Amino acid sequence: MERKIILENIEVEGIRFLNVYRKHGGYSSVEKALKTMTPDEVVNEVKLAGLRGRGGAGFPAGMKWSFIDKKSNKPHYLVCNADESEPGTFKDRYLMEHIPHRLIEGMICASYALEAHTAYIYVRGEYKYIVGILNEAIKECYQQGLLGENILGSHYDLDIYVHCGAGAYICGEETALLESLEGKRGNPRLKPPFPAVKGLYQSPTVVNNVETLSNIGWIVNNGGETFAKIGIGKSTGTKLISACGHINRPGVYEIELGLPVEEFLYSEQYCGGIKDGKELKAVIPGGSSVPILPKNLILNTLQGEKRLLSYESLAEGGFVSGSMLGSGGFIVYDEDDCIVRNTYNFSRFYHHESCGQCSPCREGTGWMDSVLYRLENGEGKMKDIDLLVNISSHIEGNTICPLGDAAAWPVAAAIRHFREEFEFHVTHPEIVRNIKHGSLAKYINN
Amino acid sequence: MLTVTIDNHTIEVEEGTTILQAARLIGGDIVPPAMCYHSKLKDSGGKCRTCMVKVVQGSTKDPRPMPKLVPSCRTAVMDGMVVQNITSPEVLEARRAVVEFLLINHPLDCPVCDQAGECDLQNLSYEHGSNTSRFEEEKRTYDPITIGDLIQFHPNRCILCYRCVYAAEQFTNKRMHGVLYRGDKAEISTFIQQAIDNDFSGNMIDVCPVGALTDKPFRFKNRVWFLKPMDAHRSCTKCSGKATLWMRGNEVYRVTGRRNKYGEVEDFICNECRYEKKDATAWEIEGPRAIEPTSVISQNHYRNMVKPSVINPLKEKME
Ligand SMILES: Cc1cc2nc3c(=O)[nH]c(=O)nc-3n(C[C@H](O)[C@H](O)[C@H](O)COP(=O)(O)O)c2cc1C
Ligand code: SF4
Ligand code: SF4
Ligand code: FES
Repeated sequence: MERKIILENIEVEGIRFLNVYRKHGGYSSVEKALKTMTPDEVVNEVKLAGLRGRGGAGFPAGMKWSFIDKKSNKPHYLVCNADESEPGTFKDRYLMEHIPHRLIEGMICASYALEAHTAYIYVRGEYKYIVGILNEAIKECYQQGLLGENILGSHYDLDIYVHCGAGAYICGEETALLESLEGKRGNPRLKPPFPAVKGLYQSPTVVNNVETLSNIGWIVNNGGETFAKIGIGKSTGTKLISACGHINRPGVYEIELGLPVEEFLYSEQYCGGIKDGKELKAVIPGGSSVPILPKNLILNTLQGEKRLLSYESLAEGGFVSGSMLGSGGFIVYDEDDCIVRNTYNFSRFYHHESCGQCSPCREGTGWMDSVLYRLENGEGKMKDIDLLVNISSHIEGNTICPLGDAAAWPVAAAIRHFREEFEFHVTHPEIVRNIKHGSLAKYINN
Repeated sequence: MLTVTIDNHTIEVEEGTTILQAARLIGGDIVPPAMCYHSKLKDSGGKCRTCMVKVVQGSTKDPRPMPKLVPSCRTAVMDGMVVQNITSPEVLEARRAVVEFLLINHPLDCPVCDQAGECDLQNLSYEHGSNTSRFEEEKRTYDPITIGDLIQFHPNRCILCYRCVYAAEQFTNKRMHGVLYRGDKAEISTFIQQAIDNDFSGNMIDVCPVGALTDKPFRFKNRVWFLKPMDAHRSCTKCSGKATLWMRGNEVYRVTGRRNKYGEVEDFICNECRYEKKDATAWEIEGPRAIEPTSVISQNHYRNMVKPSVINPLKEKME
């Protein structure tokens, strides 16, 4: 069933502008929250909603907000993470580009809940055109008394600033983002202390994803319990999925959590099946940093149940047979794709983007990149395959931030599920040296 | 006071003590090695991951083990904490892995290295490494760099522990040293010294709005307001060859790109035109360059001057 919360009214012409957005009920949650609710009541509704962070880790938003140290006599900050750099993920930009007021509305309610009077939107450098859209929307809000001093006569003040990053993937990691916002090199901080205790300028801070914050208005308006009824189990609400790769209808879709992967992949409403009538080979369901799953495991769990688009179902079986919902970047591979090349490609990305602070990630990502380069180009040895598994296991869990894991998991999963392709690269160098070698299934199966 | 047990040795420590500091109080083999932590440098530690230990019991209050290994240099002791260092095979394995990672790009040129004999990495690899390497690729290499008159920097050997960065930050009041680039390409460097090396590098000087980047050969040779800016051109294969010559008599002191009234360069010029063509005969001189009258360069260069009429207070009286 189609259910729209975040993309509601997205097709209305001019919804990007404040007057049209308000005509369709926009900012009613701000009226409600600021005039009829206490900050703690807003936090409570978000807790009841069971809304989980949409930036990747899926941590419950209400719980994160309640960690804010309200007794601290320092100012509180809300920071919106609009860095969106995970390869395969492009939903936040869609939201900000088409319906920026949804985000700002959510940010006003969230800031009020956190008793913050300053909020920032950290946008990745490549989305500079979105900075203009956001600034325009913010300007409209100031003009209509939705931002600034004494919002809608409620005695609550809030300023929102847009900050353009320089386009480094690591600046999406929340503590690196804060460093960058403070004008420093975007190196992740060691945790604890967590941002809720010592965040921006050493003050209590919440960092939330664009999509997470875009849900808040609806939750305030309709109540947390109503929200919690949507979705499945602990995966409440809807989720934006950015679908790409070899499918007929790539794009950003809002699904109710719990939708079967098969339906998402093959129905005309969503991906519309595999392009050119080819066979499905594999899917990375949550952006490039989560483990890849082959056809049988992305459609069904190891127990033979239908795999659903939900936090729990996708993780079913741990990393042996499962993956993660992550940021919702749904990358589809058809039968003609070479998994080794794909793995090499992502490995190159993580090598390039590692900040270089901690030894396992700094050196390990580079090492994996060069070994995969050799394998992909027909210069690998059989022992390289186990070497890769071993390097990735030494990075995983031993680094300051999760980028190390993000670099390690895809490699380990690709080898776990498609080992024969890696072996084929070693045994048939003359074939894989051909730049257009594509899938090796046709050779391997013969 | 808090009680902590490390590898079966129990000790009482003050609140705020880290696991590493507690282990150092106990001493002996159970002290984790540390490459990036330095007790005298604020905020150091947490980066190299050589001091990782396993916390098998978080505290008496919350006895759950910590899910991952933790850096002992940055993890505070909790009351009743139980820690494994050399008694944990997982820790020893992770440490061996870190040594392997650190040696990937380290040249191991101990025979010609001044630090040999007092090198922590050498000690670490003896104690925790293996005697073979699985790394077959080429190591990254850099040319040595002179940092000031007193320091020679060998980037090949750097393990990016950031100690020198914290030292520079904490002992000097001018920050001129830090980390450039990312990942295994990250380098310790004095800022931008490496950026200025190509055929068009001189343009960096021209675009600098202040005196931060100045033309070295021209420095202190003259003051610009004593010079006459002349538009000139020459045929050049690398750039447009359109420049401004800053002259005194027939002598060319400096060559720059031509700027517009906002001080922005209009035609970027190559280093050959800028640095190697300091002879007026190498150029076709077009004529004096128009400079905004408000500019200091216009000092004493009067244009369309209207001479004030003579005021002579005695004139009338004399008549
Ligand atoms: C390397 C790395 C990159 C990340 N990039 C993003 C990003 O681009 N956008 C985002 O919202 N979260 C990103 N995250 C997750 C954030 O650290 C953080 O968990 C998130 O912004 C919290 O928001 P949420 O609770 O609303 O999901 C990244 C994490 C890592 C480790
Ligand atoms: S894991 Fe990688 S990106 Fe994260 S802090 Fe360490 S080196 Fe930097
Ligand atoms: S140069 Fe600086 S960062 Fe590199 S190893 Fe030495 S102290 Fe550490
Ligand atoms: S000494 Fe603890 S991480 Fe480097």
